[in-house]
Amino acid sequence: MSHDRRGPGAETGSPFAPQTAEETAAMLDAVGVESEEALFDIPEAVRFEGDLGIEPRGERELRGELASLLDGNDDLTEFLGRGHYDHYVPSMVDHLSDRSEFLSSYTQYQPEVAQGFLQALFEYQSMLVELTGLPIANCSMYDAASALGEAATLALRSRSVSGTRILVPEHLQSGRREVLENYLTGTDAVVETYPMDDGNVDVDALAESVDGDCAMVYAENPTVRGTVEENLQAVGDLADDDAVFCLGSDAVALALLSEPAAVGADVVVGDAALGLGTSGGMGLGLFACREGFLRQVPGRLVGASEDRSERRAYTLTLQTREQHIRRERATSNICTNQAWVALRVAMHAAWLGPDGLVSLAEDCVRHARDLAERLDGMDGITAPVHDRHHVREFAARTDRPAADVRADLEERGFAVHAIDDHLIQVCVTETNVEHADDLVEALEVVA
Amino acid sequence: MNYDQARWTEGEEVYEPHLAEKRSTEVAVADSPLPDDLTRDELDLPDLSEPELARHYTRLSQMSYGVESGPIPLGSCTMKYNPTFTEDVAALPGAGTHPDRSEGTVQGSLELRYRLQEYLAAIGGMESVTLQPPAGAAGEFTGILVAKAYHEHHDEERSEIIVPESAHGTNFASAALAGYDVVELPSAEDGRVDVEALRAAVSEDTAALMLTNPNTLGLFERDIEEIAEVVHEAGGLLYYDGANLNALLGRARPGDMGFDVMHYNVHKTFATPHGGGGPGAGPVGVSEALAPFLPTPQVRATDSGYETFEPERTIGKVHGFAGNWLVLVKTYAYIARLGDAGLADASAKAVLNANYLASRIDYEIPFSPFHHEFVASAGRDAADVARRMLDYGVHPPTTKWPEAVDEALMTEPTEAETRDSLDHLARAFDRAAADSDADLEAAPERTAARRIDQASAARNPRLSWQALDE
Repeated sequence: MSHDRRGPGAETGSPFAPQTAEETAAMLDAVGVESEEALFDIPEAVRFEGDLGIEPRGERELRGELASLLDGNDDLTEFLGRGHYDHYVPSMVDHLSDRSEFLSSYTQYQPEVAQGFLQALFEYQSMLVELTGLPIANCSMYDAASALGEAATLALRSRSVSGTRILVPEHLQSGRREVLENYLTGTDAVVETYPMDDGNVDVDALAESVDGDCAMVYAENPTVRGTVEENLQAVGDLADDDAVFCLGSDAVALALLSEPAAVGADVVVGDAALGLGTSGGMGLGLFACREGFLRQVPGRLVGASEDRSERRAYTLTLQTREQHIRRERATSNICTNQAWVALRVAMHAAWLGPDGLVSLAEDCVRHARDLAERLDGMDGITAPVHDRHHVREFAARTDRPAADVRADLEERGFAVHAIDDHLIQVCVTETNVEHADDLVEALEVVA
Repeated sequence: MNYDQARWTEGEEVYEPHLAEKRSTEVAVADSPLPDDLTRDELDLPDLSEPELARHYTRLSQMSYGVESGPIPLGSCTMKYNPTFTEDVAALPGAGTHPDRSEGTVQGSLELRYRLQEYLAAIGGMESVTLQPPAGAAGEFTGILVAKAYHEHHDEERSEIIVPESAHGTNFASAALAGYDVVELPSAEDGRVDVEALRAAVSEDTAALMLTNPNTLGLFERDIEEIAEVVHEAGGLLYYDGANLNALLGRARPGDMGFDVMHYNVHKTFATPHGGGGPGAGPVGVSEALAPFLPTPQVRATDSGYETFEPERTIGKVHGFAGNWLVLVKTYAYIARLGDAGLADASAKAVLNANYLASRIDYEIPFSPFHHEFVASAGRDAADVARRMLDYGVHPPTTKWPEAVDEALMTEPTEAETRDSLDHLARAFDRAAADSDADLEAAPERTAARRIDQASAARNPRLSWQALDE
């Protein structure tokens, strides 16, 4: 057994319940009961008398247990993306976001005592406004998939939009599609795909598909295969008036690519791609929209106001949209969101600054282009399969079955996606570019 | 004890200036590797050095309040101390893998997920658990989708979900999002479910009853067996809202009470940090009959390790990848740290603390006996009382809800408070009660901001620094 601190009440079961035996006795006395058990008003028939079978562990033991458990994951150099990206998170972000006033605080329902966090979220919203060109950004959804689902329900309840068809690209990260479908369970909307033409929206095919029954057109830039869309303005024009044009992107790409507002986007969703690293799939749902949707926005909004001293102050605002007030008529059921992640995203973006953010995005273009060129020079590989510009990632055609290439690469310490019988996908950012030579070397053998 | 929160002013006008006020730089996006017509022209963002940013965010943290600053007895939110070691284990090398890794290469993560599924199933008395939902409300929505899929599989068209009037707003919103009509159930005089009203409300249209137990008044629904029988006889399912599970750990289990589906608010019950409003996680547990409908992927143990699988009639995915993984790591670490005895003790002390605090304050508490939270009546404007309590160094309770209590102060101290800190909380309650209307009207005076004009914030929304000049 390890030498763990058990607190002043050494006999207590929880190391985080600080009452001493004397305190407990005095408190029971003050309440006027004999025992803690007497406070539980649970009928005999539904009392639980068994064991849960969970053995308590000391802190030191647990660290060892978890380290050894997670050591069970193979140490691979990942060239994985498809909507979830690894960018270097500066040390400052970890240390400052871990300050307990941030990490262990609650939703800012008492704004006077939560000004700091509110300001940080206001700054996050402001950065998104700059990146998207849209005037309204909320302070987070769960992830890109949930943000897409919320965009679709927003489109369906918007008075200026009619119709029930939600059009999405045929190449879409599967989680986004499935979550979107689940968000639409309670509606009569249907999700339909439109074709891609060499990795971009097939505008002609889409034009045939867009009609008065189309509530939302969704496109991505970059797409799930990393291609940069070249026809967004045309997509925006198609969706003009009749349907919501929702554009998916991420905070890094947005620093470089055409401003969504400039190509007609009504809503921008996506994942931040900043502040978290790969983190096992945790995300942060970006959500920004045009002015007309202000009262329909899902999630929390921080607004600037004044306090009684006429100083600037921040508060959660327009809460009459939210579930704790509007209940079944709320714009969304979201309550707990990803506020702390939004704080980290703001910190990360601020640390990079405009120069750093743009140059990171430019590097993502160059790294993908350079690596694709090298792969294309190999026997058995054609890359990129789409004759487009790319950000971070690209698909490559393999003569051998993609699953075999992927498995053989794993043997050599690398992870890539196998996305089709003869398609692999490779993602390269500043965090793995130094291993690009090694990946190329491994592919020389296995491709 | 009084409290003075740090405030950072610049002249008389503003607090800590926002980042763009400090320094903002417009960068031209000119010689990019992309053609001009695919790129923006410029980007205007804050441009500060790291030392400046470190100071900025430190100041912002000083103008914030977490559970390590003092008690946060927000009823129904369960804001208890979050042990710091869980942060360290979530940052262990090996935790941060990409979600698209092939299964054979992430056996450690899969085993951890599997063990957590098992822990939560044991705690809730449930057959199977999914870890995918990223928050409590996402868990509710998932649970309701699972219930809906179950009914549809049995060719049942059921259009209504019954929700007690005192329930969390998310229950109503989640049910509506899933396409159900919400039937509101009035409470009985004693603050609990009115079983006769429930009998009248159920029908062949009833898909489910969503219930919190103990309810939002802290009262255990003693008639739970009868409630379950009424709902089940009508062919409906019983949904457990896990927001108040902290009151029951190791003492009663939703599954044993007849609940078919439940969510766990791991950020409440298992002390994973709330992060100022998230991330949390809202795993969902179900009975055997509902297990085939759970989201994909699920994790199971095999002879040779762990693998994911798609439940036979899965509703698909409810998160783009596999949920808020790092939160789940923290949850596992917290549960394992406490074990059976610690979990039961957490409930015992949470209930003791609530009862002790209630016994020390001079307020009317209309409903009892309560478990881990109670609802006091402020007898005057609850929001004013709450703001005054800020000056006394505590975060106030939840205000004006549930509506069964006039000017409600919904109070949940949690197990993490000592008797001394409960006494301090009680003094804050009583001092605020004794203060004049003028004192309350002037509050708060010691926080970073004084009373904020919320009405004008909503009337004239300024939601970004770009909008501040308007």
